[in-house]
Formats: sequence, structure tokens, C-alpha cells
Amino acid sequence: MKWRQATRSNANLNKVAIVNQIIPFSCVDGPGSRLVIFLQGCNFNCKNCHNPHTIDLCDSCGDCVPTCPKKALTLIADDNNNRVIWDESLCSQCDICLSVCPKQSTPKTQQYSVREILDLIRSQVHFINGVTVSGGEASLQLPFIIALFRAMQSSPDLSHLSCMIDSNGSLSLNGWQQVLPFIQGAMIDLKAWQQDTHHYITGRGNHRIFSTLKMLAELGKLYEVRLLHIPRVSDFDSEVDAVAHYLTQLPSNVRVKLNAFQHHGVTGEALMWPSCTEAQMRQLANDLTQRGVNNLILPDIYL
Amino acid sequence: MTLQERLSQITRDPTLSPKQKSNFLALEADSSLPYVAVSEPVKQAMESGIIGDMFEGHAPFKPRYVLPDYAKYLQQGSEYLELSPAQNLDEALIALTIIYHHVPSVTNIPVFLGQLDEILLPFCQGLDTESLYRKLKLFWIMLDRTLPDAFMHVNIGPTDNIVCRTILRIDAELKQIAPNLTFMYDPQVTPDELLQVATTNICECSKPHIANYPMHANAYDQRGFGIVSCYNSLPLAGGANTLVRLNLKEVALKAKDINDFFDNILPQYCQLTYELINARCSFLHKESNFFNSFLVTEGLIEESRFAPMFGIFGMAEAVNILQGNPELTESHAEKPSPHYGHHQAANELGHKISKALDTIVKSTPVDYGYNGRALLHSQGGISLDKDVTPGVRIPYGTEPNPIAHIKALAEHHQYYTSGISDILTIDETVKSNPQAMFQLCKGALNLGFREFTANVASNDLVRVTGYMVKLSDIARFKEVGSRTNTTGLGAEAAVNTKILERQPRVVAHEMAPSYAK
Repeated sequence: MKWRQATRSNANLNKVAIVNQIIPFSCVDGPGSRLVIFLQGCNFNCKNCHNPHTIDLCDSCGDCVPTCPKKALTLIADDNNNRVIWDESLCSQCDICLSVCPKQSTPKTQQYSVREILDLIRSQVHFINGVTVSGGEASLQLPFIIALFRAMQSSPDLSHLSCMIDSNGSLSLNGWQQVLPFIQGAMIDLKAWQQDTHHYITGRGNHRIFSTLKMLAELGKLYEVRLLHIPRVSDFDSEVDAVAHYLTQLPSNVRVKLNAFQHHGVTGEALMWPSCTEAQMRQLANDLTQRGVNNLILPDIYL
Repeated sequence: MTLQERLSQITRDPTLSPKQKSNFLALEADSSLPYVAVSEPVKQAMESGIIGDMFEGHAPFKPRYVLPDYAKYLQQGSEYLELSPAQNLDEALIALTIIYHHVPSVTNIPVFLGQLDEILLPFCQGLDTESLYRKLKLFWIMLDRTLPDAFMHVNIGPTDNIVCRTILRIDAELKQIAPNLTFMYDPQVTPDELLQVATTNICECSKPHIANYPMHANAYDQRGFGIVSCYNSLPLAGGANTLVRLNLKEVALKAKDINDFFDNILPQYCQLTYELINARCSFLHKESNFFNSFLVTEGLIEESRFAPMFGIFGMAEAVNILQGNPELTESHAEKPSPHYGHHQAANELGHKISKALDTIVKSTPVDYGYNGRALLHSQGGISLDKDVTPGVRIPYGTEPNPIAHIKALAEHHQYYTSGISDILTIDETVKSNPQAMFQLCKGALNLGFREFTANVASNDLVRVTGYMVKLSDIARFKEVGSRTNTTGLGAEAAVNTKILERQPRVVAHEMAPSYAK
């Protein structure tokens, strides 16, 4: 029995994630100072996505390899298994590879095992209050997240760190039930109020997101709801009565974070949409406040 | 330009106040005297910018930094100033206001205003919170308006007390350039919640600095120490008689290789630095008659508690030169690079240089020192520095993320007894998350940081070479001149050191350079 437990624990520590980026110190991804792991891959296809190269997994087509001016990319062709290898030390971060990618992906991902992430966390444990997994859509790599957070919470030197997920809310209730015992809270994006609008922006409906919000709120695990205001595209302003009514029904400690749509990183038709000005943001905030929504968090920066 | 022409130009300058003109005229007069006697090799090293005296003047007639024992002064009054001992807070504040005008420094404005909570607490018995707030707020405004120099420094903490809390409240509210503020943190004494108040203030106005109290206290005797000017830690009731600094970049350029640097060139230039230190101290202690002052006769300072500061700068360039690294550009900042601040081998070479300097400074006697020694100091740059990075800092615009930044430099901190000015720039998202600042600060002190100083990128108040200036003042300065002495330096530093080019930036600074036009 002991032997089987050890094997299971090892298997957990060896679980691997495809990581787009790790930020060692972030102030905007949950309470306090946090290490944030951005996982590659998303099941939404938002027109407004500000880092669309996190959406698809790389299929190693190799199109980017010859375009790299620093020769930081190589294609390794086995019989039936191509792989693009990225040499970080040669890379100048010019991002030409991202612009030529026929998918919405990047060759600059790295694989990390749970064990490697734990080492990373330990190397800076005194500087952080917790760890957040984000994306892409983090919940697409749920087994990794559960293995990581489980390992943190069973390590005496890391168990004080809070574990959070930043998600688009599309995970099934069954999926949330598996991960909830291991997280202190989640930050959930609500991209639009009306089903049609949500579909237009993300390519998906929003029923699952409302189910997620309801469940997390009931179980006290909803840390933050994030509304992205895209003037004339998203509908939080035109539907402000309904939105405000909904938000006031959430537990009073849930933060409502308003994000302003900006063009930074955006590609495609969303570049034609107007970006959200500070005045427009304040207008929406006022409309919500007047209807009883408290705990609003406004952006620090408008680019 | 002849001396007379320079003097005449200063008197006509449209941007300087009469008082600022007087200061520059005095500096020019001092610089027209013959320099203290030094050997030919020292002269050459000074002329080629390898060692320097930070424009302290040719005939040092006052110490660089003076830290009077203000507690003693308030208790005993002053015969020279015809003041009896202070009986209440009003008398104490007036007595301090008076003596500040009699405490010299290199800038003529006192750089140390005292461990204010400790010395004022005995006068606050029975005073209600609101009265204390009103009185201290007026005192704070007075300091900024009458002694407008961001080098003057107040100390508070590590204990939790009403004066400390009231000062933190006022400082965040007024967001003034002056005074500079250090909060002493002792994990055994300071409640986390109080440190949290202090770190939240940093998010508001990039002040206070957080000092690692046990680390500083262990370096000095029972009589204590103070943090003055820009992160200089010095003996209380004493100070720094001079600061001579060594340009490690230039030293590295003279070395054939790393071994030559450690075995020959560095010791050789340290030797010249010591010669200059002793020559300057000799004039101050033997010829200037400074130590006849009432500050000495009334026991507020003691000659034996003055130490020369052995300053160094240009560590980053020295390491990159010795390792043969290519020129550093901003594109190295977020990727693996062999440079100082980014690569373990480079960082370790830096630590080795600091250790070698520490060994030299702890074993070399000086004529006038604290326990017969100088104190090693990582010097934060002056506004005239070009293409050389202050102290042991990572070059502007190429700093890694704050945690990697702290980890790269922490090892240095143990060696720099009289202070090490490093400044972390944190992006403005921290403003709505002060908990993050708190945790970063605790992490840094836990790792052996002597001082934690952070600058929030969007704050109008920014640190330029370690003192604060208002960004909006820099823009206005060239048009109309500034009321504060340090904004002029800020504008000059901003142009010369590119500090504002990329992000609101921070260099440390100790000293008013000469009139530069």
C-alpha cells in the first residue's frame, strides 16, 4: 500500500504542463504578490484576445523556423514526430515567429513538471503570497493544476501559499468539483451578458460561465468576476440594469473587476473596435455603483 | 571662463533663488583655493576620474554628514543657543527647528533630522491624537518649505508608537519631497501590521525606505546609528568626515585580467583612495577648527565617532569589462544574458569584488575613523555621472523582475556597512495591491537586504539618484527654476543619466555638484 502511494505521488510530481510563460512577481492576479503560470491553449477564440498566440497548441508545422533572424528555432524531424525546438538563449523576443504562425500559437512554450514548478516556487517562497495558474485557459490542463496544488498543500514549507485559478469559466461543474478542494479562490471572466453577444465575441455561449459563477459563489470560492468593457461591442452598459442586479446577488466580498478593452496585442477585426477610454470606464462604473454594485475595482492603467 | 566670469554668471542666473546663488558662489570660492596636499598619483587618479571627492570642496571645513544626538540636546538644552531643556512637544519642535539651522553638512542643509519618534515620544504624554497630528503636520510642512532638500532624513521605528504612526500618516497625505524618511524594521519588535502601513505608504509616495534594523544596529555600538541623506548608515553623535569614491569601471579598465584586477590594480587604487581620505580628514580635523563647535563642547557629537566613507560605484561595468561581456542593451533585460544582474557567474564576480573591498576596508587603518577604520559604501551616483552605474546596481532599464533583482544583489548587502543604495522599480499595478509590496519587502529583508527602497513607476514623486523629485517639477524647472535644491540636480541627472528615458528611475545621490553651465 505504501509502495502504491509513493508511486502515485511520483506520478503526480512528474505531471507536465505546456507553459507559455511564468511571471515570478505579479500584483494583478489575485491577492498579494504572486507567481503566475500562464498555460498554453484556450478553448475560446475571442476576437479581442490580447495574446492570441496562447490559444492553440503548436503542431510543429515548422513554418516559423526559417523566419527566425537569430536561428533560435530548429525543426527536429523524426519518422512520424516533428518537433520545433526553441533556444531561449538565442532568442531576441522579436516575435516574428508569432506573426507567421498559421495557427494562433507559438514555438516559445516550455514543458514544466510539477516537480520543476515546485523548485521554482521554493526559490522565491519568501517573496510571494501565492501561486496563480492562468492562460490561455488554465482549466484545460486540470490534472496538472490539481497535482501542483495538491503537492503544494502537502508540503509544509509551501502550504501557507494561496492557490488561485484565473479562468474563462468554461470548465464543467464536475471539473470544478475536482479542483475546488485545492484552491482558495478563482478569478472568472464574464465576456458578455447576452448569449448572442458572448457568442459573437468568444465563439461560445455563456451558460457554462454562469453555472461556474453560481457554484463558486455558493461555495465561497469566487474571488473575482472580471468584466471586459468594449464600448459598442460588449453589452454591460446597455444591459446595466440586469448586470447590476446579477452582481448585487453575489456574495458581498466578491471583487468586481472592470477591465478596459485596449488594442495592445490584439489582432484581426477587433482592432477596428474602439478602445475603452478612462471616461467610458468611469461611466460604466458609475452606472453600476448607482445600482448598488460595490467592491468595484477599476484599471490602474489605460494604455 | 575666469573665476570672476563664473561668479558673475551665477549672480545673474535667472533660475536660481538668491539663497541658491549664495551656495554656488560659496562652492566656487572654496574650489578656487589650493587643493589639500596630495601626491602626484592621487592627482592623476582624480583627474582621470578614477577616484573623486564628490565636490566636497578643496578645503573641507565641515564634515560631510553630521548626526547630532538630538535626544541629549532636548534633555539638556543648549548654552550656546541659549535654550533651556524642552518641557513639552511645542518646545521640543521649536528647539529642533532651531538646531537644524546650526547642523552643517556638505549641502549646508542638515542631512539627519533625528530618530524623531524616539526623541519626541517623551514630550507626547497626555497629548491627544488629533493635536499631535496637527503639530507634526505643521512641522512637516515647515521642513519641506524651509529646508527644501531631499537629502535631509528622518528616522522612525522599529517600535510601534503614536509618533511613528502619525508621521507615516502625514507623509502619505502630504507627499512632499522633503524630508526623506527611513522606517526601521526589526522582525522581533515591529508588528507586521505597522510594516504594512509603511509599505502601503511606498505605494502612495515611494517613501519610506525600510531599513533592516538588526543588521545596522549590529554594525555599531550601544550609542547607535542613524540613516541619513541617501541610505548612508553612520554612527549617531558622529557622522562622516568625508566620502571619497572609487570608480570600479575605470579600475577594471586598467586591469589586464581578473587576477591583475584583484592582485594589483584594485589594491593599488584603494591605497590612493586612502591617501585622499587621510589628506581631506587631516585638514578637517587639524586645520579647519570645526571640532571647536558647540556641537562638540556640548556633547552632541564626538570627534572619534566620525568615519570616512569609502565609496564605490560602477560595479556593473567593472564586472562586464572583466568578463569581456558585450555592451549591455535593454534587450538583454528579459532573457538569459551573461551580464551583471542577469547571470550567476557575473553576479558572483560582483560579490567577490565586494568581499575583497570589505577585507581591505576592515583591515586598513585611517587617521580619523570609527574604531580607526573607514566604512564601505555603495555610492548611489551623482547627477554628472555618464555611462557608469551607481554603486553595485544593475544598469537602468535592464533590471530583471523585482525578485530576480533582489536575489542578484542581496549578497552584496552584508559588506556595505555605511549603506548600499539600491532601488527597485515596481510597476504601478502594485498601487492597488499593497500586500504585494509588503511581501516583496519582507522577502528582501529576509534575504539580507540592508535597506529596501522601492519606486512605484507612476508616482509623481520619483527618486532620482536616491532623493525625491516631482516629475512635474522637472518639466517646470527649466522654465522657471525650482524652490527645492534637489530638483535642479534631478533635471541634470535626468538628462545625463537617462534616468527618465525609460521608466521613472532611480539613481542614488549624495551631493550637490558644482554649478554646471
